[in-house]
Amino acid sequence: MNTVVAKLQRQFQDYLVSLYQQGFLDNQFTELRKLQDEGTPDFVAEVVSLFFDDCSKLINSMSRSLERPENVDFKQVDSGVHQLKGSSSSVGARRVKNVCISFKECCDVQNREGCLRCLQQVDYEYKMLKTKLQDLFNLEKQIVQAGGAIPQVNIN
Amino acid sequence: MAEVMRSETLNISNNTSSLASPELLHVLAVDDSIVDRKFIERLLRVSSCKVTVVDSATRALQYLGLDGDNNSVGFEDLKINLIMTDYSMPGMTGYELLKKIKESSAFREIPVVIMSSENILPRIDRCLEEGAEDFLLKPVKLADVKRLRDSLLKAEERVFKNIMHKRELEANDIFSQLKRAKI
Repeated sequence: MNTVVAKLQRQFQDYLVSLYQQGFLDNQFTELRKLQDEGTPDFVAEVVSLFFDDCSKLINSMSRSLERPENVDFKQVDSGVHQLKGSSSSVGARRVKNVCISFKECCDVQNREGCLRCLQQVDYEYKMLKTKLQDLFNLEKQIVQAGGAIPQVNIN
Repeated sequence: MAEVMRSETLNISNNTSSLASPELLHVLAVDDSIVDRKFIERLLRVSSCKVTVVDSATRALQYLGLDGDNNSVGFEDLKINLIMTDYSMPGMTGYELLKKIKESSAFREIPVVIMSSENILPRIDRCLEEGAEDFLLKPVKLADVKRLRDSLLKAEERVFKNIMHKRELEANDIFSQLKRAKI
């Protein structure tokens, strides 16, 4: 029914807007959505999936580098942070990216404790975003299943 | 004499465009990040480009036949209209790749665009000095690619017009010669 679709679309729109308002996402996510169409309905989901895999992998390797206080490979950690910052920036994962900025600062001054805190925070943030986006994609699926179109959402 | 004239005209009409196919730019994209590769590939496809993506500068050189093993033999038919490369990559950087491309006689005319997440002025200057077509700050936007594409197509159009004009002059020249020889 039309009203079911309209309700779902409204839900989707409100949820997406809230993700931007709460700082989980930034303008780059909008750019990602622009690249998706009926022919490639899973594009955004695929890219963020690659991003989350990347996060997991990088966090694990940085964790290993930070493990022994007497033998921290800050160069490796710095490289990991750089990559994480880059990919979070590319998908619009704003909070993750911001943690990376602090993370880099801790790395630059070889602050192991600071790095460990940032590592924990980045882990938390990417997992949080993963859950939020899963909810968003589920709403998308419901809209499509109900025969509706995904709304174009204009942020600011 | 008439036979010679015919084969001349045949030569003139071949291969006037270096575009991979009408209006389709073939872009070689180089980035070590899987997320960025997926992103740039889609970005370029949406912008009506043919895309080849590789994950390192070394692979890019292999693809172009510049890795020393092949020396561009048999790669004359490879039509690349644009190379977009990340700056910071493990092993060979985008800057080093840029230099290698500009050193090659086969590929030095291909525009190379550098992409970087860091807005470092000396880095930008160095790349532009080395002959980079443009320097894009990551994350790259649709608008950036559109702008690039439009400017490259305009440049292709200019080259095409120049070639056609030159050939017109050549044809006129041959015609005059034939007239003088009273064919």
